Amino acid sequence: MKSIGGKGTPTEVLLVEDSPGDVRLTREAFRDANQSIHLHVACDGVEAMAFLKHEGTYANTPRPDIILLDLNLPKMDGREVLAHIKEDESLRTIPIVILTTSVAEVDIVKSYQLRANCYLSKPVQLDEFEALVKSINDFWLTEVKLPQQREKG
Amino acid sequence: MPIEVLLVEDSPGDVRLTREAFGEANKSIHLHVAVDGVEAMAFLRREGAHAHAPRPGIILLDLNLPKMDGRQVLVHIKEDPSLKTIPIVILTTSEAEVDIERSYQLQANCYLSKPVQLEHFEALVKSINDFWLTKVKLPQQGKAA
Repeated sequence: MKSIGGKGTPTEVLLVEDSPGDVRLTREAFRDANQSIHLHVACDGVEAMAFLKHEGTYANTPRPDIILLDLNLPKMDGREVLAHIKEDESLRTIPIVILTTSVAEVDIVKSYQLRANCYLSKPVQLDEFEALVKSINDFWLTEVKLPQQREKG
Repeated sequence: MPIEVLLVEDSPGDVRLTREAFGEANKSIHLHVAVDGVEAMAFLRREGAHAHAPRPGIILLDLNLPKMDGRQVLVHIKEDPSLKTIPIVILTTSEAEVDIERSYQLQANCYLSKPVQLEHFEALVKSINDFWLTKVKLPQQGKAA
């Protein structure tokens, strides 16, 4: 089976997350699961959009194959980031996985309304968090056909 | 609490395989089948014989279907404010990049291609159960937006 991680091409993952602890856990869990992942981190919504639009210091950043997006972020919150990406013709096909502590129905429904591709809530327990990151790798980065990388312009 | 899954698939063989794989993976799944795009929309809009159909928690959608094709079904659902939050997993034999790209453009939530090998097909259905029906938070059933 063809998978984008399995052909020598790295899988570019953008994690938008302001908690250093969660960034570290995610990085470690991905590293254990899949050596071909390049994990990029934006710690607020403004940085995420700059990364995606290749602005400033992000002029040479790759287009991510998938985005993991927290909802509660400094500067520009995750809902706004989601809306911006899904309104952008050149970015909207990138799958966005919401990864947040919120289990509020209003956040779940709103995220799907704004075209999140799926919604996951962060488990509090460490081993469950690691298992969830592994399941993102096993499903999204192994089974799913992602759109081929295609730079805008 | 049962999980209502709508499978839109015209191949009886694939319907049977999917049903069996879900049956083994998760007893709480209610699998509903629509064999073409028109029937899928009737089910979702509770028309005719589908007056009492439940709102599915998730839809598995083939692309190549009789009467109304999967791309059209996808457009209709994602344009309908009361249906658009239902996650749609494309499950098709096509691996063509144009189909993958177009499906994500049309707001498919994820795209899977059907493996030819029987055991790989079963494993894929199991992975849909393990991820979408176990890990993912789906919008609450019955709640129109």
